[in-house]
Amino acid sequence: MKLITAIIRESQLDQVREALMDADITRITVSRVSGHGQQIREEIYRGRQIVPNLTPKIRLDIAVNDEFVDPTCKTIIEAAKTNGGTVGDGKIFITNLEDCIRIRTEERGGKAI
Amino acid sequence: MLSAAPLLFGDDGVELDSGATAWMLTSTALVLLMIPGLAMFYGGLVRTKNVLGTMMHSFTAMGIMSVLWVICGYSMCFGPNVFGGWFGWNPEYVLLSGIDTSIMSEGVPEYVFSMFQGKFAIITPALIAGAFAERIKFKGYCIFIALWGLLVYNPLCHWVWAGDGFLYNLGSNGAIDFAGGTVVHISAGVSGLVAALYLGARRGYPSDDMSPSNLVMTMIGAGLLWVGWFGFNAGSSITSGLSTAQALTVTQVAAAAGALSWIVIEGIHQGKATALGFVSGILAGLVAITPAAGVVQPGGALVLGVAASLICYYAIILKNKLGYDDSLDAFGIHGVGGIVGAVLLTFFIRDSWMEEAAAAAGGSWNVMQQLGVQVVAVLIAIAYAAIVTIILLWILNKTMGLRPTAQNEMKGLDNVYHGERGYGMLNPN
Repeated sequence: MKLITAIIRESQLDQVREALMDADITRITVSRVSGHGQQIREEIYRGRQIVPNLTPKIRLDIAVNDEFVDPTCKTIIEAAKTNGGTVGDGKIFITNLEDCIRIRTEERGGKAI
Repeated sequence: MLSAAPLLFGDDGVELDSGATAWMLTSTALVLLMIPGLAMFYGGLVRTKNVLGTMMHSFTAMGIMSVLWVICGYSMCFGPNVFGGWFGWNPEYVLLSGIDTSIMSEGVPEYVFSMFQGKFAIITPALIAGAFAERIKFKGYCIFIALWGLLVYNPLCHWVWAGDGFLYNLGSNGAIDFAGGTVVHISAGVSGLVAALYLGARRGYPSDDMSPSNLVMTMIGAGLLWVGWFGFNAGSSITSGLSTAQALTVTQVAAAAGALSWIVIEGIHQGKATALGFVSGILAGLVAITPAAGVVQPGGALVLGVAASLICYYAIILKNKLGYDDSLDAFGIHGVGGIVGAVLLTFFIRDSWMEEAAAAAGGSWNVMQQLGVQVVAVLIAIAYAAIVTIILLWILNKTMGLRPTAQNEMKGLDNVYHGERGYGMLNPN
């Protein structure tokens, strides 16, 4: 089992979410986050260019069984890329997941995902 | 003392009525308050990515329609008939140049009347925006409301409210539209329906969740609309007297009856009384009483409020069954509520009005005759608004395009057209 954490652009959320649904990956957690990356984002505020120090992003957390890791990542990458790949499109972190429990049934491990 | 005298009398010697003027000034400000109210009402109902774009639909109407009103809108609405009565025109009203010192026979400076009426020209196109919310280009919207104001609102306003308008003189005592049932709500609602059908549904409708981003803001907006409506209806008496008091009273009664009946219907039908239902009921009641505020008494207002909520509630359920995407129910509330009010008011007209109508008709005038007049006026407003709107939409769609691309629709109007975000507080910086 792996935990896939993807940081993507806010504007790509709908694309990514819909692509995941189409790929039958429906159990996801979405949160609003902000942070630093390579991207330098300029905004116009009252006619003045400013560089906000934290960029708002969307974070997806998806726990998957091993065979779903690649299709999930592929789907996210395809949907989150803008203009064939631009700085700021985001990152995916994959970590080992020790265990998983479904609260309702107390099932554990892969079948609880 | 002598120097003050010209300020109290117009060019033609009419005396200024300071009481009426004070109330009309207040009403003008109250009607303007409805537009930020509408912006909040609509803004709270859309998704977070579209909240500023949607609020801008109302706010830009304040800019565009006010400027057009001063340039030619007032002239088109309240000038004498031209082109066989299609609209009015009076060169002296262009840029309001000829009314600098004029005081109307009601004792109110014409500037005040013109500004009061101008607010109606702002809110009407802003109401339409609810029908195609979340899926229209900003530039396309701006051009659309400018043309719609010139070609739909101004002629309709002239027909219904100008002294020589043909609906104003229909039947024995005219088609009854006290504060804008046909001119404002039916025209905006029907145009919204046409636009929603022409532009098609939002991407992902109806399968995706499109629930409101901020119902708190919607409720504040509805509150401002209710307050502002006292200017809208009671101000439409263009005086400060008995008819003002009558309009004010029935406005309160219909809004309350509408709101209450909506949550009762909803409670029975769905098991819960929602906040959105209550504010929808407020609007349904207010819309229905708008054409009727000058002629019905509180009992009639109660019935109108209840009927409007009942019919609008089922109109929205029918919309969901039919599957078209009138996003914020501009037609479901304003179109349907306006029709309900303009037609049903016939059965609650106070006797003194019917006696006047009978005298004007030279003997007798009954309810069924007036019902005929009301239905004709409603049908004319529906047909005219629908036809001109579809032509405008077709031309604009072919020339500049009205729908954002699917990509842009997913990103949201705020980012794409304004480069801003509505709810920044969710981020630490």
